Amino acid sequence: MNKRDSLSPVRLTLGPVLFNWKPEKLRDFYFRLADESCVDSVCVGEVVCSKRTPFFTPYLPEVIERLQAAGKEVILSSLALIMTAREAEQARELTMTDGMLVEANDVSVVAMMAGRPFVAGPLLNIYNEGTLAYLHRMGASRACLPAELPESVIAALAAGPLAAGSGPEIEVQSFGRLPLAISARCYHARSRNLAKDGCQYVCAEDADGMDVDTLDDDPFLAVNGTQTMSYHYLGLLAELSALRRLGVNRFRLWPHDVDMVAVAALFRAAADGLIDTEEAGQRLADLCPRAEFANGYFHGREGHAYIQADV
Amino acid sequence: MIRPELVCPAGTPAALKSAVDAGADCVYVGFRDETNARNFPGLNFSRKELEEGIAYAHARGAKVLVAINTFPRAGYPDLWHRAVDDSARLGADAVILADIGLIDYAARTHPELRLHLSVQAAASNPQSIGFYAGNFGVRRVVLPRVLTVPEIAAINGAVAPVETEVFVFGGLCVMAEGRCALSSYATGQSPNMNGVCSPASHVRYVESGRGVTSQLAGFTINQFGLNEPAGYPTLCKGRFNANGKTSYLFEEPTSLNTLTMLPDLIKAGVTAFKIEGRQRGRAYVAAVVQAFRAGIDAVMDGRPLPATDLDSITEGGRQTTGAYEKAWR
Repeated sequence: MNKRDSLSPVRLTLGPVLFNWKPEKLRDFYFRLADESCVDSVCVGEVVCSKRTPFFTPYLPEVIERLQAAGKEVILSSLALIMTAREAEQARELTMTDGMLVEANDVSVVAMMAGRPFVAGPLLNIYNEGTLAYLHRMGASRACLPAELPESVIAALAAGPLAAGSGPEIEVQSFGRLPLAISARCYHARSRNLAKDGCQYVCAEDADGMDVDTLDDDPFLAVNGTQTMSYHYLGLLAELSALRRLGVNRFRLWPHDVDMVAVAALFRAAADGLIDTEEAGQRLADLCPRAEFANGYFHGREGHAYIQADV
Repeated sequence: MIRPELVCPAGTPAALKSAVDAGADCVYVGFRDETNARNFPGLNFSRKELEEGIAYAHARGAKVLVAINTFPRAGYPDLWHRAVDDSARLGADAVILADIGLIDYAARTHPELRLHLSVQAAASNPQSIGFYAGNFGVRRVVLPRVLTVPEIAAINGAVAPVETEVFVFGGLCVMAEGRCALSSYATGQSPNMNGVCSPASHVRYVESGRGVTSQLAGFTINQFGLNEPAGYPTLCKGRFNANGKTSYLFEEPTSLNTLTMLPDLIKAGVTAFKIEGRQRGRAYVAAVVQAFRAGIDAVMDGRPLPATDLDSITEGGRQTTGAYEKAWR
């Protein structure tokens, strides 16, 4: 019997779309995922900027229905930075939605869940067992870990006493530009000499974020409204087997303006060991022709680094 | 009106004495290791220095707060637990913490120890503050530098009797604090995990015929002409190319200075005003503390703010009131 057969099945989560896509494009993106993709769970909702929220809200019920009808677990992701009473109210409404799992990306949302089960999102600071255990007691049934954690920390969190019993399921970010920082200030607006209040929604012009280069034209970061992201796309493919040996079986793919159905299929095949990692890397590069890939955080290095797999 | 406390930085025992002598109500310090967010070479306190510093401050009516505000490394919580234990044992007036697991430890192990929530926890709304106050008995929250003065006033109205503390002077994060991995993306070292941002170990100044380029881990953060002073390459205060132009995309090299806003911040119900800069020398600390001591006392006595010139000690001579004014966003 293949050793892999003894592992828990692979689960794929499609993270929330972090970018400001046109509502019809976003709706059609989710419809196709519902109909064609192998992801198990899909996060929906605005995480980055509350000003964007009203545009997609009218489409949300039919998107959720279509995804659920296709057997997907649907998760409502909260805003990451809640500063105003209006934003807090928006989050509270999310937590009151009957029968829906909520992903908390701000501590306030953990408080609002008041002990009901929730997903601890990747924008909460979970760096150690103490915090993971506390959030579990607060109701976290799953935790998607922050971007900057190295393998040793992921191992400690996945293999701690929690894993033996009823600890939260661990999810690890595996694909896409990494959310690195969130601010009150909008850098997309600032790049156009606009203030956030009069932003003209210029963030919609960059479907995968606005590239930020150094003065030497080295690619460095990306801006998505109030969020700063990595220029490089995270691409944990060669690392999937190591993660599965640590007991991690759930992987998060951040949506990009590429064929995410194919990306998901590729990650599933790679996680199941059905495709050689070198070939998988080549196919991922073909699917994302504009992307450069990195995996440095996993290897305990700077996040933009790419560490070649041992052959 | 509450008479606000002035909370001042001390990276060394000498700076602690300067701050207390200049009129600080509280001094905040850290241990000489990665448990605090100013883990710089040659900075911070041994246990013995903390004990002596507490004695010096208490004898003069000032308090000492210990910042243990990085996020404990999974598998190695002992270093952080010991920092909390020793702060309690040595008589610190409060510990300033950011990590939920560590706050839980402190609340369970030392129920008498006063807990402050670090800015690194970025509690930016009443619900988050309620989480830390309700579950752990946190008494004071240092607010992230993302809020306007009216938003701060609204939070104070909602969370009382939990106290709030805001930054009034010094270096300024433009991202929500404790929620930024830009430094580790470039250098492998982050505020949350290592207590450093844009660390000096990764900085290089490269000279050419046209001037000086400042680099962080090989990335160019800024360039300066031949007669321009070369600033420190803090990642979010550099110049970058985006949308076809070169600019200080995130923020200019600048310092927060809210001296003129003190009356508004006091009216907003803020309990304590914090000065950034545990990495600064004692002369800097003394000058800033004196200026803000005079400012607070003037507002409380109903006198106009005294004219004060802090230009010479702000970064690049530039000042901002940051997110406290809505136009900053």
